[in-house]
Amino acid sequence: MSQIFHHSTNTIARVSIFGTVFGIAGGLWLMLELNRSSYVTDVGVAKEQPVPFSHAHHVGGMGVDCRYCHTAVETSAQAGIPPTKTCMNCHAQIWSQSPTLEPVRSSLRSGQSIEWVKVNDLPDFVYFNHSAHVNKGVACVTCHGRVDRMPLMWQHASLQMEWCLDCHRQPEKYVRPKAEVFNVAWEPPSDWVANGKGRELVKQYGIKPRTSCSTCHR
Amino acid sequence: MSADSKLAPGEMRVEFGGVRPRHERGRALWRSLDQLEQSPEFLEFLHREFPQNASEFTDPEGRREFLRVMSASLALAGLVACTKQPAELIVPYVRQPEQIVPGRPLFFASAVLDGGYAKGVLVESHEGRPTKIEGNPEHPASLGGSDAVTQAAILELYDPDRAQTVRSFGEIHSWAEFVAALQPVLEKQRARKGAGLRIVTEVVTSPTLRKQLEELLLELPEAKWVQWDATARNARAGATLAFGEAVETRWHLDAADVVVSLDADFLAAGPASVRQIRDFASRRKIDGEHAKLNRLYAIETTPGLAGVNAEHRLPVRPSELDGLVRALAAALGLPVAGGTSAHAAWIGPLAKDLQAHRGASLVMAGDSLSPAAHAIVHLINERLGNVGRTVSYSAPVAAAPIDAVAALTELVAEMSARKVEALFILGANPAYTAPADIAFADAMMLVPFRVHFSLYDDETSERCHWQLPEAHSLEAWSDALAFDGTATIVQPLIEPLYVGKSAHELLALLSSRPDRKGYDIVRDHWRSRLGADFEKAWRRALHDGLVAGTALPEKAVAVKVGDWTKAAVEPPASGIEVVFRPDPTVGDGRGGNNGWLQELPKPVSKLTWENAVYMSLATAKQLGVRTSSNYEGRTESAGEPTPQGTITDVVQLALGERKVSGPAWVLPGHPDGVVTVHLGYGRWRAGRVGNGAGFNAYALRSGASPHWEAGAQLVKTAFTTRVACTQDHWSMEGRHLVRSGSLDEFEHEPRFAQEMGEDPPKATTLYPPHPYEGHAWALTVDLNTCVGCNACVTACQSENNVPVVGKDQVARGREMHWIRVDRYFEGRPEQPDSIETWSQPVMCMQCENAPCEVVCPVTATVHSDEGLNDMIYNRCVGTRYCSNNCPYKVRRFNFYLYQDWTTPTFKMMRNPDVSVRSRGVMEKCTYCVQRISKVRIDAKNEGRPIKEGEIQTACQQACPAEAIVFGDQNDATSRVAKLKASPRNYGILTDLNTRPRTSYLAAVRNPNPEMPKASHG
Amino acid sequence: MASPAPSHTRHEHDERFQTESDRLIAPGHDFASVTDSISKIVLQRRTPLGWWLGFAAAFGVMQLLLYAIAHLLFVGIGVWGVTIPIGWGFDIINFVWWIGIGHAGTLISAILLLLRQEWRTSINRFAEAMTLFAVACAGFYPIFHTGRPWVAFYWLMPYPNTMGLWPNFRSPLIWDVFAVTTYATVSAMFWFVGLIPDLATLRDRAQSKPWKIVYGMLAMGWRGSAKHWHNYETAYLLLAGLATPLVVSVHTVVSFDFATGIVPGWHATIFPPYFVAGAIYAGFAMVLTLSIPLRKFYGLEDFITMKHLENMAKVMLATGLIVAYGYMCEAFFAWYSGNPYEKYMIVNRMTGPYALSYWALILCNVIAPNLLWSKRLRTSVPFLFFISFVVSIGMWLERFVIIVTSLHRDFLPSSWGLYAGTQFDWAAFIGTIGMFLTLMFLFVRFLPAISIFEMRTLVPAAEMPEEEHQ
Repeated sequence: MSQIFHHSTNTIARVSIFGTVFGIAGGLWLMLELNRSSYVTDVGVAKEQPVPFSHAHHVGGMGVDCRYCHTAVETSAQAGIPPTKTCMNCHAQIWSQSPTLEPVRSSLRSGQSIEWVKVNDLPDFVYFNHSAHVNKGVACVTCHGRVDRMPLMWQHASLQMEWCLDCHRQPEKYVRPKAEVFNVAWEPPSDWVANGKGRELVKQYGIKPRTSCSTCHR
Repeated sequence: MSADSKLAPGEMRVEFGGVRPRHERGRALWRSLDQLEQSPEFLEFLHREFPQNASEFTDPEGRREFLRVMSASLALAGLVACTKQPAELIVPYVRQPEQIVPGRPLFFASAVLDGGYAKGVLVESHEGRPTKIEGNPEHPASLGGSDAVTQAAILELYDPDRAQTVRSFGEIHSWAEFVAALQPVLEKQRARKGAGLRIVTEVVTSPTLRKQLEELLLELPEAKWVQWDATARNARAGATLAFGEAVETRWHLDAADVVVSLDADFLAAGPASVRQIRDFASRRKIDGEHAKLNRLYAIETTPGLAGVNAEHRLPVRPSELDGLVRALAAALGLPVAGGTSAHAAWIGPLAKDLQAHRGASLVMAGDSLSPAAHAIVHLINERLGNVGRTVSYSAPVAAAPIDAVAALTELVAEMSARKVEALFILGANPAYTAPADIAFADAMMLVPFRVHFSLYDDETSERCHWQLPEAHSLEAWSDALAFDGTATIVQPLIEPLYVGKSAHELLALLSSRPDRKGYDIVRDHWRSRLGADFEKAWRRALHDGLVAGTALPEKAVAVKVGDWTKAAVEPPASGIEVVFRPDPTVGDGRGGNNGWLQELPKPVSKLTWENAVYMSLATAKQLGVRTSSNYEGRTESAGEPTPQGTITDVVQLALGERKVSGPAWVLPGHPDGVVTVHLGYGRWRAGRVGNGAGFNAYALRSGASPHWEAGAQLVKTAFTTRVACTQDHWSMEGRHLVRSGSLDEFEHEPRFAQEMGEDPPKATTLYPPHPYEGHAWALTVDLNTCVGCNACVTACQSENNVPVVGKDQVARGREMHWIRVDRYFEGRPEQPDSIETWSQPVMCMQCENAPCEVVCPVTATVHSDEGLNDMIYNRCVGTRYCSNNCPYKVRRFNFYLYQDWTTPTFKMMRNPDVSVRSRGVMEKCTYCVQRISKVRIDAKNEGRPIKEGEIQTACQQACPAEAIVFGDQNDATSRVAKLKASPRNYGILTDLNTRPRTSYLAAVRNPNPEMPKASHG
Repeated sequence: MASPAPSHTRHEHDERFQTESDRLIAPGHDFASVTDSISKIVLQRRTPLGWWLGFAAAFGVMQLLLYAIAHLLFVGIGVWGVTIPIGWGFDIINFVWWIGIGHAGTLISAILLLLRQEWRTSINRFAEAMTLFAVACAGFYPIFHTGRPWVAFYWLMPYPNTMGLWPNFRSPLIWDVFAVTTYATVSAMFWFVGLIPDLATLRDRAQSKPWKIVYGMLAMGWRGSAKHWHNYETAYLLLAGLATPLVVSVHTVVSFDFATGIVPGWHATIFPPYFVAGAIYAGFAMVLTLSIPLRKFYGLEDFITMKHLENMAKVMLATGLIVAYGYMCEAFFAWYSGNPYEKYMIVNRMTGPYALSYWALILCNVIAPNLLWSKRLRTSVPFLFFISFVVSIGMWLERFVIIVTSLHRDFLPSSWGLYAGTQFDWAAFIGTIGMFLTLMFLFVRFLPAISIFEMRTLVPAAEMPEEEHQ
C-alpha cells in the first residue's frame, strides 16, 4: 500500500487538534480587546472642528469656568453648548479680526449655527443627566479628563457601560468635595483613600447611585 | 408582499404600485423617470412631501429600502461585535432665548378647539417643539383632564398630509398670487355691497373672529355668513321652543343625586364632555366604607358610555323616545299628553325616584330628541326644582346662533340660482359633511369664485378654485370660548410649519386692512376688553390660559308652556330605524387623517380604522349575519374571528334612494330593530391615513332628520369584509377581572371584591424578596369612576412615542397601545336590556414576581430597585418569550419597523425622553419612568424628597375622572397607599402570585331596588 | 474487535434464532463482501442517476429556506403568523420537532452501545448523521425566531463584554443554548470518531489520488494497529458515556421552555419525561423513514434486516405509549387541579378553534402506534414506512397543540387571539426539510452509511482477532 502522506503529517494532525482550540480562543480574545480599543471607543482621538477651539487655552490658559459656556450643566440633563453669542461676548473685542474666528462671526451675521462635531457621544438610548452628577460631587474632569490640557477636544473615557457601572457601583472611588467639582486641577490628597474620605462624602451627600436599568435606559 | 397581508380598503400601497418596483431596481428609477412621470401614481407620488414613507401608518412592511440598509448594517455590526457610531453634529443656538434651558421642557397655556369650542390645555415644548398636550387645571372645560381628540391634536399639527401650500387646481401658488386673484372679486362685491358674497364657517366662538366677521358684514351688508356644523344639535331649537330664546343649557352633574340621560352621550361628546365626566365621577368617589353615590338612568338608542356607566339602562328605538319623555313627564304629574304605555314598569319607579330627589335630580336630553322633547325636558327640570341647582342656562356661547341645516339649505338654493358669485369656506368641509338631500357639492360648482381655507386639502378643496392652508391652532394666534363662555387666548407654540395663515389673517385680506398680523388682530380686540393695564392682564391671560371672569353669567329663564305639550301626531315608525352619530374617535370626519384616532378602539365595540352598521343579536340573526359561538353554542363574539382579522358580512342599508353598505357588527345591548351608523368615515380626500377607511354615512343622512330616521331597508349582501377589532371576545368567562357590587352589598361587606379571589402567601417563591427600601411605585385604577373614555390611551401614545401600525396589523392582533381599555359584557346577548358593560383600563401591572423577568434570556426586562419592570429596548433581542409568559398580555412587539424613522415632522413630534423603538423589539408600559426620573433628579438636585403627586403618569394626567392614581406605596400618607388600603382594592390574576403593583378599586353601583330586574342582568 | 462479551451474545443469537426476520446480517457474508458492498456505494465511479435526481430535488427545496430567511431579515418577524398573544408559532414548533428527531441517533449509538445491543451496528452510522443534520435544522430557529438575530447570536453567549452584563441564567432559553450546542458538539465528535476506521478503509480503497488524500486527512493516520484499536475502543466508550446523559438532558431542557412558563398547558411537571419519550419516538420514526428507502435503493437488505426494522418499531410502540400517558396526565391534571385556567385550556383544546389539530394528534400519536402490537404489521415494510410518516406528523402536531392552543386563550379573555402560519412560516419549515435531505444525500454519497468495521464484527468469521484481516 503506497504512502499518501509523509510521516510528518501525523504530527501536523495532532497539532491541528490543539490548534483549533487555541485558535478559536485567541480569536475571541482579540474581539474583546478590539471592542475596548480606541479604534472602537475613539478615546484620545482629537476631533476636527469648524473652529479649532482650544480648551487648553480658554480653561488652562485663562481659567475660564466650565459654567461660563456650559450654562445648563447644573440644572439640566445637557451641559449645553454655548450659543455663538457667548463666543462673541469676548471675541467682539479680542481677536475680532482673526481669520480662524471667521466662522463664528459669520454665524452671528447669518444666524446660521456653528456645527460642532460631537466628541463625547452617547448612544441615543442612553439618558445621561449632567445635573444629577455635578450636584453630587462628580467632577467634570472625572469623565471628560483634563480638558485644560486639550488643545482640541478628545474623548477621555470609553463611555462604555462597564465604565459607567464602575462608578455607580463604587462611587467613593470618584467623588470629591462639591466645591471642587469644577476645579480641573484638583487631585485627591494622598491620604484620601486611606482615611476613607470618599465614603464620608458618599454618606454626607446621600449618594445612592442606582444600577437599575431604567436609570439610564428608557 | 404576501397574499395574507392583503391590503385593506384604507391602505394606500396600491397607489405606489407604479413606483415602488422601479424604486427597488435602484438606479433604474433614474433612467425611467420620464416614463414614470406619465403615470398618475407618480404624479401623486411627487405631490406628496415625503414619498419614502407614503404609507407609514398603513403599511409597516412598506419601507423595504430602509430595512435593507438597517438590517444589513446592524448584521454587520453584530459580526464585528461592536457598533461604531457615526459622527454626530451639535448645532447650538446662535442667540439662545432667555427662558430656554436645553434639555428642560417649557409649558404654555393655550386651547385646542373641539367643534369650535375651546378646551384649555397646557402644551409641553422641547426647545420650541410642542410634543405633548395636557389639560389645563385652571380651565373650566378641562380642570386638568383631557380627552383623546385633544391629545391627538399634536399629531394633527405634525401631519405631513396637511395642506402645505396655496393651491389652485393642484398647482402650487403663493399667497401673493391668491391676493392678486382676489382683488377683482372683492372690488365687484364691494360695489354690490357683497350681494354675491357668502362665507361658510364652522361654529365660531372666537370673539375676535366674530368681531371681524361682523365688521365685514357691516362693510358688505348684502353678504351672508353661514355657520355649518355637521353634528348640529336640536338643543338650540328645543330651548327656543321652551323659553322663546336660544339659551345654552349647562348641566351640573356634581350636584345631581339622580341623573337621567335621555340618549344624551354626555360622557363622550360635546364641548363640556371632559368637565361633565369630572363632575359625574366626583359623585362616584368612595372614601371610607360609607358612600353617597349618584344614580344614573340611561335611556339610549345605541350603546354608549352613558349606558356603560348607568345603574339602569334601557335600550329603546329612537321613535319611542318622544313617547317615553311625554310618559315620564306625565308620570311626574306634568300637563303633557301623548305618553306611551311602553316601558311603564320602567317609567314608574324612575318618576318616583326623581320626585324623591327634587332639586338634586337632573334629566338630560340628547341630540336625537325632537325639539318638543327637549322643551318637555326643560319643563321637567324646572318642575323638579332642578334649575339653578343641577341645571342652569346662559346666553349662547357660539356667535350668531342659527339653524345650520336651514342656513345651508338656503345657501344651496342661492347657489343653484347662481346668486352667489364668491364663496369662502373657512375650515368646514361641507362637500363631504352636508346631508345627502342637500346637494351642496353640486350646487357649489355653480359659484364662479370658490375658496377653501382649511388644514387639509380635502373633499371641499378639490371643488374649489383656491385651497388656502390654514395654520394649526398650535401655530397661530387666536382666541376661543369654552362651553361656559370662558375665553382663552390661543397662543402659538411654533412658527407655522408650512405657509399657513390664521382665519383672522384671511379675513383681514377680505377687509379694508389686508396686511394685519394675527397677533395684532387678536391683541387689538382684547385691548378694548381687558381695559386698564392691558399688558398685565394680557400676560396673566396667556399665563393662566384663560381670561378671568369671562364665563357667561347664569340666565334666569322660565318655560313657556305651548302646543308642544300636546300629543304630537307622528305616523308610527316602520321598518328598521337608523341612528346617526358622530364617530367616537374621528368625530364628524375631522380626525380622519389622524392615525392615533383611527387606531383608537371605539369605546364599546372596540373596532378600529372604520365604522360599521351596529345592530343587536336578534336583528343580526334575522338577517343571517354571521356571529361566532363557543362550544356551548353561546354567541361569544361578533363576526367570525380569524388570524387575519374578523370576517363580517357586508350589509346594505337603504333609506329610499339613499344607500350605503358596510360591515355588520353585532353589539350586545343594542336595541332590536335599530341600526347605528357613525359619521366621519368613507372619506376620499382625507389624506394617506384616512382615505377609503369605512363607509360614508352622510350619503344616507337627510337634513330633515339628521339624528335618526325610520323606514330603512336592511339587507345582507353576498360580500364579506375583514375588520380590525381589538377585542372580539365578549364574556369574562367567569373570571373575576372586573369586580363590582351594589351599594347594599358594599355596605354589608366592604371587602366583597377581595372575597372574590384569594392571593397565595407571599413566601411561595424561590427567589429572595426585593427589599424596596426607597420608593415603591404603585398605581390604582378606580373602576367606579372610570367611564371608559379612552383619553388615557391616546395620552400614553403621545407621551411614549407609541407607533401606529395600521388596520391590517391591528387585525392580526399587533396593535401597540401600552394601555388598553378592556370591555366585557354581562347578561344575555339576545336580550338587549339585560346587558351590562364594563370597561377596565389595563397597563403593565409591574408585578413584584414578574413572570416576564425570569424568562428573558438577555436580561432586557429586569426588576428595578423601586419595583418597576424595567424594559430595556436597546438590550431586547425579541424572543417574545416575555410576552408569552405575561398573563396580562400588556407587552407589545415591533413585528415590523412600525415607528416612522423618516418623516421629519414626526421626528419633531416625538418625546425626546423616551427611546424610539426599532424593529424586532418588545415594548411596554413603564409607569412613565422618564417622568419618574426627571422628578427624582430634580428633587435630588434640590436636596428635597419627592412631593406627593409631583409625579403623574401620562394616563393619570389625562384621566378626566381622576380614576388613575400613581404614587409611592411605601409612603403611608400617599394617596395611592391609602387607596391600596381601601376595602375595594384588589388585583387581577393575583392567584398566580404575580403580586401586581397596579391594582383596581372595585366598582360599586347604586341601583334602585324598585326597578325591573332585567335591566341589571 | 475481540471483546468476549459480544461474541458470547452472538452465540446465543446463532443458537436461538434462525428465521430470516431475526438475522442482524444475511448469511454468506465475509469481511471482504461486507467491506465491498458498503464501501462501493461511496467509491463507485459513476454516481447513480437516482441520487442526482433526489439531490437536485432536495437542494431545490432548500433554496426555499434561504429565501424565507432572507425575506425575514429584510422585512421582519411580521412576515410570520406570530402575534400577541401567540408569540411563538412555527419557529419554536419546528425547533422542538427537529431537536426531537435529533434524538434517535445518539440514543442508538451511545445508549444501545453501552447496552451491547448489536442490532444498532447497521443503523447507528446514519442515525448519527441524521441527528447532526436534524440539530443543524433545529439550530436555525432559536436564532432566526428572534426579532434581532444580528445581536441575539452573541448576546445569548456569556462572555466578559463591555456592557458588564451576563445573560440571564434564570431563563430556559439560555439553558437551551448550552444544551443544544453541547449536544451538537458531542454528537458531532461521536460521529466523527466512529467514522475514523471506515475513513481509513475508504482511503485504502479509493482509486483516485484526490479522494485518497481527502479520506486520508480525515482518517488522521489511522492504521488499525492494536494500539490504535485499543485507544479507539476506550475513546469511543468514553464518548458514548458522555453522550448518554445528553440524550436525556437536551429535550428535558427544551421542555423547560414550556414547563417553567405559567401559561396554562405549559406549566406541567410531566413535560420533561414525556418530551424525552416523544423525542425518541419521533427520532425512531425518522430513522425508519430514512432507512427503509436507503436499504432498498442501495440493496442493503442484507445489513439492515427485518430484525432492525422490527426492533425500531418496538421502541416506537413503547415510547408512543409513554407519550399517550403524557396526554392523559395533562387532561387529568387539568381536571384534578381544579384550576379554572387549566380546565378551560384542556376543554378549549378538545373543543375550541384548534380541536381538529388536537384530535388529529391523538389519532397519529396514540391510536396509530398501537397497530404495532401486531407482529404482522410490525414486520411489513410498507406499513412501517407509512406509520413512520404518521408519527412524524403527529409529533409536529403535538408541538403545535402545546404551543398554539395554550397561548391563544390564556388568562384575560380580552386579549385572546388566533394563529395561522403564513407562507413564510411554511417556506422556512419545508426549507429545513430540504436542507436536511440535501445533507443526507451528500452523506450517503461520500461516507459509508453503515459502519463497515462494526458490521464486520457480525460476520461469523469475526470469532478470530480483528487485526489479521486488516
